[in-house]
Order: sequence, then C-alpha cells, then structure tokens
Amino acid sequence: MDITRRRLLVLLPAAVVAWKYVLAGTPEASPNYKLTEHWWSMLIDIPKCIGCGSCVRACAEENDVPDGFYRTWIERYHVADWHIERPEVESPNGGKQGFPPNQDASGKNFFVPKLCNHCADSPCTQVCPVGATFVTPDGVVLVDKNYCLGCRYCVQACPYGCRFINPKTNTAEKCSLCYHRITKGLTTACCEVCPTGARQLADLKNPKDPIHEFLRTHSVQILKPHMATGAKVFYNGMDGSVR
Amino acid sequence: MFKDIEHLVRLAVVIVVLLAIFLVLRIAVVPRSFGEYGHYRGAAVAEAAARPAAFAGHEVCEACHTDVVEQKKQGKHVVVACEACHGPQAKHADDPTSVTPAKLDTALVCARCHEANSAKPKWFPQVVTADHAGGIACDTCHQPHRPKIEEEKTEAKAPTQPKTEGKK
Repeated sequence: MDITRRRLLVLLPAAVVAWKYVLAGTPEASPNYKLTEHWWSMLIDIPKCIGCGSCVRACAEENDVPDGFYRTWIERYHVADWHIERPEVESPNGGKQGFPPNQDASGKNFFVPKLCNHCADSPCTQVCPVGATFVTPDGVVLVDKNYCLGCRYCVQACPYGCRFINPKTNTAEKCSLCYHRITKGLTTACCEVCPTGARQLADLKNPKDPIHEFLRTHSVQILKPHMATGAKVFYNGMDGSVR
Repeated sequence: MFKDIEHLVRLAVVIVVLLAIFLVLRIAVVPRSFGEYGHYRGAAVAEAAARPAAFAGHEVCEACHTDVVEQKKQGKHVVVACEACHGPQAKHADDPTSVTPAKLDTALVCARCHEANSAKPKWFPQVVTADHAGGIACDTCHQPHRPKIEEEKTEAKAPTQPKTEGKK
C-alpha cells in the first residue's frame, strides 16, 4: 500500500487520537469501574438540611481531616428582612458539633452545606504549576499529594474556599468526593450519613440516575455561576443571598 | 561548499549530547504514567481510588442486623443510615467479633438532629431537650430505631413526671 499524501493526512490525526490509549496502561483500582462511564456531581437540597453536622463529622472520620480544617462544612445563614444583601453567616467549628440555638429567629434562617464543587472548568487545577491537581476523566477534582509542592496557588484560586494546606503533609487538600468509595460502588461518607437525604451523590452520565428527573422538575442553582467554573454541586431551594 | 565543516560537526555533537542528556533526565524524572489522562500523574487516580473506606455503608450493616431493619421499617428513622448515629463501622463489618461498636449516648446523639433551632426546616421534628427530657437519656422512653411512642403509652406515662420536673 502506497502512503500517498492524502492517506498520510487521514492517518496522522487518527494516530494522534490513538496515542493516548497506547500510553494508557495502568490497571484501575476497581475492576468493573470505567473512568469514562461516569461524571460525578452532587445534589444538595437546602430545605432538607437540618444542620446536624453528621456530614462534617463523617468526612473527618472517613478522610482523616485534621482538626480545624474542613473538606466539607455547614454554614448557617441569617437573612434579616431589612438587609437581604448582607446575610449573617456563621459556621462554628465548621458545623461539626451542630449549631447552638440562634437568638434571632426573625427573617430567614437556613443551613447551607458546602464542599468542593468539582468544577468541570476548575480554576484550581489551571494554576497548579506541577500538575499535582487535576480533573479526572470521571469529573472529580483530585490532589496528587505525592506531587504537590504546597505552593498554595490552588488555595488562592478556588473561588469557593474549599482548599487548605494539611499541616501534617504540607500539601494541598480538599474534598475528593470520596473517590475511594464512589469507584467501589459506595456513596460518599457525607451522603451515606445524611439523615434527611439533603445530600445526594449523582452520576450525570448515568441515564438512570434520579438527578436528571430532579434537575428537570426543580429550580436548581450552582454557587457563583458568574465565575464560569462549571460547578457540579447543585443546590435546590437556595436563597439568593447565599455566596 | 562547507569550507570548515568540522566546526559544524562539533557543534552538532554538542547539541546531540545535550539533547541526549535532556531526554535521559526527562525519562528518569517524569513519572511513567504522567500524561496518561492529562497533564498529571495518571497513577494518582488509581492511588486515590485504592484507599480503604471507614464507613461500610448501610447495605453491609443490613446484611447481618436484619432485626434492626425490621424495627426501622416501622418508623420514620427508616431513612437514616446506620452509621449516621453509630459512626464509621467498616472495621466492625470486617471483623464483627473482636471490633464491637460502643453504646451510644442518646442524650447527645439524638439532640444533634432534634435539638430545636430556628434555622432547621419547619417540617423537621424538634424539641428543646432541656424542657422535653430534662437531661434524661432519650432511649428511656423512645426506641431509637422506631422512635414514635404508640402502644407503650402506659409505660410512657411514667417518664412524664420527670419531664415536668425538668421544666422547673
């Protein structure tokens, strides 16, 4: 077969596309888990959150999060009727031990659980100088702690304040969406223990996932949509004052 | 054509040697899986997935504790996963005989969810524990797996006395 110029032009892009599959070869942790068949996200139903702090405690226990640092935390919002633009937000110890009864029951009071938004176009991964943080093919933002320098660029870049430097390892740390659990067919630790189902792990690539029905039938928002981060943590029933 | 070609050959040798050093260093320094999925170490994905879980998941609990499953089905706590109250139990699930979970302090555990707070949604059952129980453990009256008090109403009458005492 002669390689004509025309044929070469057809073959070259195909070779380029195939090359990464040639290079790929390390086995996956879970035998039946296919990276390309998932696109993970989370759904948070604010009217269901009771601020019990179960998720924060479970996250710390599951992921060995040091005291005073949070991969997920709960904020309590108090929005006074006369000051809608400036809500009072508090998160004592990340909501880990729940919340003390609030004095001012007027206005709007509600809880907002927060965590890494696992952005599709994440600002934190773009600033990493060494490729230690990345979006996996199944849509989870992870940190490679063996590769992280601890330079803190990503901590500054995250618009949601989801990252911190672990004082033990001096590397960046954040919610991994319990990657070691979801790849084994379990749900995340926070979703597992949430007593009211306010948190739901969702797989956007799974057509049978109830999230599709939910997104169709509810008014769902993401945090800071103007940042164009492609955040994948969806909030139902979220007040406009939430930042 | 090239009068002093040795110069060029020498220069070419230097460039080739430097290039070879660069390539050898690159192969030695860059992890093998780097670039597998993108500009990062591909093996890190499998490393992140390989970590053991601390929470077993309620399906694992339910495989053995079928009596509790039946109890929970009769009440509203059916939606609450076991480890929401009992904590991470993967070690207990792996070795049920030697690792046994500690008994819970219901006065603390129940209050985490059911202590009244104006930020909690209105539909959620809440009590001011100091007024409601006065420091008595919740499981004195309530069965935590099936918390609603129904047929044991005669038994539940007794703890109403301490309830009023607590109010004083």
